[in-house]
Amino acid sequence: MQNPYLPYPVRIDDIRIATEDKSLKTFKFVFLDPDDEDRFAFRAGQFAELSIPGVGEIPIGIASSPVEKGFVTFTVFRSGVVTTHLHNMKIGDIMGIRGPLGNSYPWDLLAGKNILIVGGGFAFTTLRSSIVYMLDPANRPKFGDIDVVYGARTPGMLLYKDELVAWEKRSDINMHLTIDAPAEGWQYNVGFTPPITEQKAPQGDENTYAIVCGPPVMIKFTLPVLEKLGYAHDHIIMSLENRMKCGFGMCGRCGIGKELVCKDGPVFTLDQINHTPREY
Amino acid sequence: MKLVSIDKKDWEKGIERLRPRYRLFGPIREKTYHAFQRLDEGQLPDLAFANTRLSPKDIVFPQSKAILECSLDETKADHHIMKSIAGDDTPQLVLGIRPCDASALTLLDLNFNTDEVKDPYWIQAREKTTFFGLACDTPQSTCFCTSVGGGPFDEKGLDVLLVDADDRYLAKILTEKGAAAMQAAGWQDESDANALLERRRGAAEERIRSVVHTDRLKDIDILRLHGAPFWEDISFACINCGTCTYLCPTCWCFDIQDEVHQKTACRMKNWDSCMYPLFTHHTSGHNPRGTKLQRLRQRFMHKLKYFVDKHDAGIMCVGCGRCVHSCPVNIDIRHICNLMNQYSTEDACEAQG
Repeated sequence: MQNPYLPYPVRIDDIRIATEDKSLKTFKFVFLDPDDEDRFAFRAGQFAELSIPGVGEIPIGIASSPVEKGFVTFTVFRSGVVTTHLHNMKIGDIMGIRGPLGNSYPWDLLAGKNILIVGGGFAFTTLRSSIVYMLDPANRPKFGDIDVVYGARTPGMLLYKDELVAWEKRSDINMHLTIDAPAEGWQYNVGFTPPITEQKAPQGDENTYAIVCGPPVMIKFTLPVLEKLGYAHDHIIMSLENRMKCGFGMCGRCGIGKELVCKDGPVFTLDQINHTPREY
Repeated sequence: MKLVSIDKKDWEKGIERLRPRYRLFGPIREKTYHAFQRLDEGQLPDLAFANTRLSPKDIVFPQSKAILECSLDETKADHHIMKSIAGDDTPQLVLGIRPCDASALTLLDLNFNTDEVKDPYWIQAREKTTFFGLACDTPQSTCFCTSVGGGPFDEKGLDVLLVDADDRYLAKILTEKGAAAMQAAGWQDESDANALLERRRGAAEERIRSVVHTDRLKDIDILRLHGAPFWEDISFACINCGTCTYLCPTCWCFDIQDEVHQKTACRMKNWDSCMYPLFTHHTSGHNPRGTKLQRLRQRFMHKLKYFVDKHDAGIMCVGCGRCVHSCPVNIDIRHICNLMNQYSTEDACEAQG
């Protein structure tokens, strides 16, 4: 019988500082047993438990994309006991990854549709995974227009800057990067994410879905904007966070009504969220 | 289903025959209450009890269980690679579990043994354990098993049902596992006292006076129940002590924690409680159930509404009455269940003023 508590052993292959304040680092992991990579087959939007023996586990969205092979990456904010420990680990250290966990963005439903992605701050990890997945030459024809609004406080707080710049230059994705206040050398938008979304995002319709991921204050002000743009509640897709332990629906703490964020989510439509107690 | 008569004179002899084959558990008197314990050499279960203070769920779902371990010593080849701690598969036999507590195990199965994912520690414990239930002739004033799909002679979750018939026990063999244990004990006298058993069942069921109503729970909207005004009143007295969740045979929430001893790391699975703020506390400081009202509501909504909607197996409560009995501020699940069940649209309008 498969043991869902047992992590796959991995080696830290690379560590990159992801933001100028050094509060986020991107960890690249390689599976010690190459067969585990197949067992870990995932879809963009899923998460995993990063498992440090003797310290604990944390649920983190998968930042690498299913189309990237040979490794998995996670961008982690230093915040609690486990993430602080992880930030102090070094290349070559051995730890574990348990997953993939949760549902994903609804890729079957999204096929053939226009996609608007709205991200803020460091909640851009599974969105990056999704963008890389959609831009893969084998997948790009499956989607209509792709628009991305991504905001951070300063240019140095944007994640994956090299990729953002590369995507800016492409014609098959419309990037709308923004920072809170003007900064030297910044050539894109200035302003909070919600108003930039209002100015730049395409109108909502039956064939357009919005995926929104960001801090609560960004979500709060972005949802009315999307409504104004004509996005129906079942066309607004969000990813929730809650405290988790098991990650597969047994330990009971991440419930929002009868749904469990770890197993039935973390991805829900706004319509689904509206029908459940807001305990997240 | 075979009915066997066990002369009480043969009871001890049978248990002695079981001892080398099984790790035995049974109710033992401790000061003012009974508790399920491992039976030591020569020790017999004390079956003169109403029910134990704690449910025997810990025999298959231990309060604290080491599940994974690894070495942190970097000179070892497999350091930092977690391995499952192989469970001990010695068969165990629980003597005298009450039918309410046994039926609770079948509700826990819905959480730990699903089509999608299985908890291997739960599965192993369930498989190695045989349950001899003791039919309940003396239900307490707080018992309400008969209105939640059970009964004092209920057979769900049991391998053998024992019925105390004065100078003998009638043993109704319900499963292969039960038959094997009966054979091992040498209890083989077939009986045709079915009528007596049924009479006793009827009499015991009549002694249960307490009733809850659950028929409307499924039809009432989750958000309306969640927003009902009575949570304020009910939670006012709650001190979030968590007693209810620890006593409850159907509460399954757990925590996962790592422990380190010298160069060995061990991952533990521990009981947890939705009554505690840390249960849902985010690292950021945000807590989606930060108030006691939210926590108390979670417990009862989970048992009486979310579970009902999700599993179609009735409420997540077997009517053992322990929480009613032991709550230090007299919060009564029967009262709450009835309030929820009779909650109507008119109440909601009143609440909104």
